[in-house]
Amino acid sequence: MDDVRLMKGNEALAEASIRAGCQAYFGYPITPQSEILEYLTAEARQRGMIVLQAESEVAAINMVYGGAGAGARVMTTSSSPGISLMQEGLSYIAAAELPCLVVNVNRGGPGLGTIQPSQGDYFQAVKGGGHGDYHLIVLAPSSVQEMADFVFDAFDLADKYRNPAMILADGALGQMMEKVEFRQYDPAGHIPPKPWATTGKPASRERNIITSLHIQPEKMEEINLRLQEKYRVIREQEVRFEELDTEDADIVIVAYGLVARIAHRASQLARDEGIKAGVLRPITLFPFPTLPIRALAERVDGILVVEMNAGQMVEDVRLSVEGRTPVGFYGRMGGVIPSPEEVVDALKKLIAQKQPRHAEAY
Amino acid sequence: MDAVEITMTEEERQTLECVYERPGTLTDMRFHYCPGCGHSVVHRVLMEVVDELGIQEQTIGVAPVGCSVFAYHYLNIDMQEAAHGRASAVATAVKRIHPDRYVFSYQGDGDLAAIGTAETIHTANRGENILVVFINNAIYGMTGGQMAPTTLLGMKTSTSPAGRTVETAGFPLKITDMVAMLPGVAYATRQSVHTPNAVRQLKKALTKSFQYQKEKKGLCFVEVVSNCPSGWKMTPVEANHWLVEHMFPVYPPGDLKVPQ
Repeated sequence: MDDVRLMKGNEALAEASIRAGCQAYFGYPITPQSEILEYLTAEARQRGMIVLQAESEVAAINMVYGGAGAGARVMTTSSSPGISLMQEGLSYIAAAELPCLVVNVNRGGPGLGTIQPSQGDYFQAVKGGGHGDYHLIVLAPSSVQEMADFVFDAFDLADKYRNPAMILADGALGQMMEKVEFRQYDPAGHIPPKPWATTGKPASRERNIITSLHIQPEKMEEINLRLQEKYRVIREQEVRFEELDTEDADIVIVAYGLVARIAHRASQLARDEGIKAGVLRPITLFPFPTLPIRALAERVDGILVVEMNAGQMVEDVRLSVEGRTPVGFYGRMGGVIPSPEEVVDALKKLIAQKQPRHAEAY
Repeated sequence: MDAVEITMTEEERQTLECVYERPGTLTDMRFHYCPGCGHSVVHRVLMEVVDELGIQEQTIGVAPVGCSVFAYHYLNIDMQEAAHGRASAVATAVKRIHPDRYVFSYQGDGDLAAIGTAETIHTANRGENILVVFINNAIYGMTGGQMAPTTLLGMKTSTSPAGRTVETAGFPLKITDMVAMLPGVAYATRQSVHTPNAVRQLKKALTKSFQYQKEKKGLCFVEVVSNCPSGWKMTPVEANHWLVEHMFPVYPPGDLKVPQ
């Protein structure tokens, strides 16, 4: 079949963006995701996509603002330090309610850090990141297949809610090769009309203004309330997650992205040793699968959160669990990927501790 | 002076020839700018040009952060409000998406020549087919009169209370000269609005800029040496005299680059 290929995650994501009808890409090179810019540059001319290598991530995200405001399906991609530079622009984009896709192929930080995989940008991705009260819709792929699939989904969600969407991947997902099958997708059937865009004002309509400036406090609060209402609807309708072997599980690992696959291997190893383990994988990080995790917490003996960071999503898991069951944490940082064996050890530690609720296991 | 009410019948009114009116490219909203400020004149001239060229439906503007942050309240065209300094990056994308539209950014000295220097230079260097209108009044007006990159040596502002010195703040940045050097720039000119004749010259420069944009000649960069009576703590008349005496020696009016 023509549409099945062996590709790097970054390349699969780039190919999917063309197939999703992305009209313009604005980006700046940074490891470990520069293949996206390279792939799109090579493909752009013959496939009718605008690709512009900007002078910085700051310029790139503001080009995304301009392009989205002009009514086009647009995107940018970067990795952690570059995403930090984009935070001001993302706040403006969220406030002006412009649909777009931003991809973070997360590397280890803080600072210049390392080019190896990390999940250290979880807080930045799901809690806003820039100034003010706003949220991105955040999807976390765990395979090369999902690096492609989530491009279509993220663009559609962005358009549906007029909100920036983010794919939060990591350096390993970007660099590793797997089989990927591209879905049938006709952009014309997915991209909605954008009557609010700045396309040139015909005499038949009022002028369109893209702005995030509302100097009157009452007006600005009204805008905020509208945004919050949008986020409430997103929380209600767009939660995505996956449960693996949880039906009879006594203990559950909550992990996202690449780590969810390691966690699933760990749960299988644990079952070999008689520990009934399962995995819950949040697929949307915002909206977070609060209720499914709460439901699990009602019936399991403990939850272990595993991340490639110092413990970020674990805070959202604890807020979901609200003391119903002990929540432990195991993490590696700085670009180190945890092994399934390490995770099994952490599971055993959590079980052995028989800790009081709210206690931590490191 | 009190406004004078002229009463006439509809019949009498129809015998009159209209020689001057508000162009349809401006909204009915009154400018909020301080008395004597150049912004409202430049807004008006820019929109007169859009009106006379008949390109209102094809023109998209980008407003900056600064006193003209609300430019979109007055200009009756589609507009985007950019983050501070990023107007030319925003305009770049708008133009790339809609290459058949006329696109301009409208920016002050702090926006264009301080926080947005990188975007300004690189947009110009890419030769984006847009118009950049640069209002240089040598001060941050909106935030209350702080020193700008274009503030003159010795000029007093709230952050250079004893006058700008080279030792602490370097030299006035002549960014139009820098931009004019770049091959991507088709047209770079320095104008002003302190006299009726200067306003007419600016109008010609803006008209030419839209023509060059239509011909895809490259970026057009129109600096307007303007004033800030409030920030300069002068009357409008004093400000315009001061502009001629002190701004023009550093920022002399005239074309820096014209298309070959």
